[in-house]
Amino acid sequence: MRPFKYSGTGSVNAASQILAVNPNAKLLAGGTNLLDLMKEDVERPDELVDISRLNLTSVKMISGGVNTGGLSIGALDKNTDTANHPLVRQNFPLLTQAILAGASAQIRNMATTGGNLNQRTRCPYFYDIAMPCNKRQPGTGCGAFEGVNRNHAIFGWSENCIAVHPSDMCIALVALDAIVKVQGIDGTVRNIPFSGYHRLPGDMPQKDNNLNPGEIVIAIEIPKNNFAGKSYYLKVRDRASYAFALLSVAAALETEGNKIKQVRIAMGGVAHKPWRATEAENFLSGKIADEKNFKEAADTAMLMAKPLEHNQFKVELGKRAIVRALMQAMNGGRI
Amino acid sequence: MQEESLFPDLTNDEKKLIEDFLSEDVNELSDFGAKRREFLKQVSTVAGAMFAYQLMGGQEVFAHSFNQTTGDEINHANIENGITVAFKVNGLQKTLEVDPRMTLLDALREKLLLTGSKKGCDHGQCGACTVIADGRRILSCLTLTATCEGKSIVTIEGISKNGQLHPVQAAFIKHDGFQCGYCTPGQICSAIALMNEAKNGEVSFVTADVRVKARPLQLSDEEIRERMSGNICRCGAYPNIIAAIREVHSGKNVAELWKFAGENNQTQFKSSV
Repeated sequence: MRPFKYSGTGSVNAASQILAVNPNAKLLAGGTNLLDLMKEDVERPDELVDISRLNLTSVKMISGGVNTGGLSIGALDKNTDTANHPLVRQNFPLLTQAILAGASAQIRNMATTGGNLNQRTRCPYFYDIAMPCNKRQPGTGCGAFEGVNRNHAIFGWSENCIAVHPSDMCIALVALDAIVKVQGIDGTVRNIPFSGYHRLPGDMPQKDNNLNPGEIVIAIEIPKNNFAGKSYYLKVRDRASYAFALLSVAAALETEGNKIKQVRIAMGGVAHKPWRATEAENFLSGKIADEKNFKEAADTAMLMAKPLEHNQFKVELGKRAIVRALMQAMNGGRI
Repeated sequence: MQEESLFPDLTNDEKKLIEDFLSEDVNELSDFGAKRREFLKQVSTVAGAMFAYQLMGGQEVFAHSFNQTTGDEINHANIENGITVAFKVNGLQKTLEVDPRMTLLDALREKLLLTGSKKGCDHGQCGACTVIADGRRILSCLTLTATCEGKSIVTIEGISKNGQLHPVQAAFIKHDGFQCGYCTPGQICSAIALMNEAKNGEVSFVTADVRVKARPLQLSDEEIRERMSGNICRCGAYPNIIAAIREVHSGKNVAELWKFAGENNQTQFKSSV
């Protein structure tokens, strides 16, 4: 690992100031992704700002304002704490399931909300510094594009980058229309809709998200919803546990009689950002919640898929996963 | 003595160093047999130590050798950008000066000589480095020592009490929950934390309905497998590891999946050769 300066910090603002002055500084929270990348020589910060002791931990119900009854999660709440918080388990079980689908117990005890949002892709070409990678070193090309791309994107990729976002938690958060609260250098807080937080690669794959320099994630808010009784996170992977998704689906429904009042479908392992299947949601809105309609919705969701040489299986897998996730959600989200 | 010619021109300090390192057996030294081999081993140890003494400066050699028994003393190593960290390890207060890059795993193994925690992959994929920090299992290979100020760490060396094996340790032995043993310290630390998580009613990805509140949770084998998935065992002792954890978790006797070959088996084996 390359040498770096280790800096403690007393406030979000102080951390923000360090980031503003030193573009090579990085924030350290759980460290589960950053330290790994530093050992691999992929990340080379010359300063680590340890924010792990800042007071950004609290899972709570929002009271007051337009989001009353919604949920607020601190940027430094550990994954384990968020997943097991009674409010989350009871009212947002989709989030609990998605968090618990990711990583291992040890890692979830360390990893934080903010870190989960800002983790980097696990594309092997990004990780291997002997390989070209536009995300790691802009302008060097994409090793995966004509390489082994079984795990890569089928939506929204560019020839510059076909990597996927690795998070499970973020797939639930985008499905639940979460809001990312970020604090800037001047101390002002702005809200970013979750679907606008992460980016598609375009011609700047080195930029994963739409944070401005010096901005720090301080909290996530989830608006109140009526999905708790009918939601499910389905994760398909090469082994039963402790593996990244080949593909995942977060599904949530609110029904009236046998009709769908509201539905949310989001997919992981298919794009550079958590992917909302908006067309499928629109198709299902107001329709009867049955397998036939779910199948048609799944076809709609995958219409725009552009698979690569080795990941064509993800199109059919995606269709079946959407149907299964919706059926499980209708079954009360039980396994 | 013939061997003394190996050390011409000894200073008084060096002679004292030899005396400290050599055991009382030296008095009975003979020129042949086991005693002689023993002596040569000791001589080479001393030679190495004296070389290190000259190279590193006496203080560091002794600091390294006796670190574990001297309690809470800063190990000043003249580290550039060194960070001083005070934390508890297995109940003992420790203060270390470390390079900001030093992981908790390396600090435990290299500075505190607690080599029970193992470096498997060093990338958070195998779980061999699992320790318990403030009551929770974490990966020491992805934790910087610099971030451990004020924390309380428990390693495999700290889980037995009054010379009695922890029940999970005993169960791993009974059920043969290992082959090579390299992943075992991590497996055991992980399993101990798992049982607390179940007591607290924490759910997992295979929990049937996360909205149902229950504590303590009774874990099925499927639940144990999911909750232990962060600990890889290359020997594949998984069925025995599950049996060991199930026994302690359930408090009920679980039959071993293995047994020593009895006389019958031995006869069969002999007759088939």
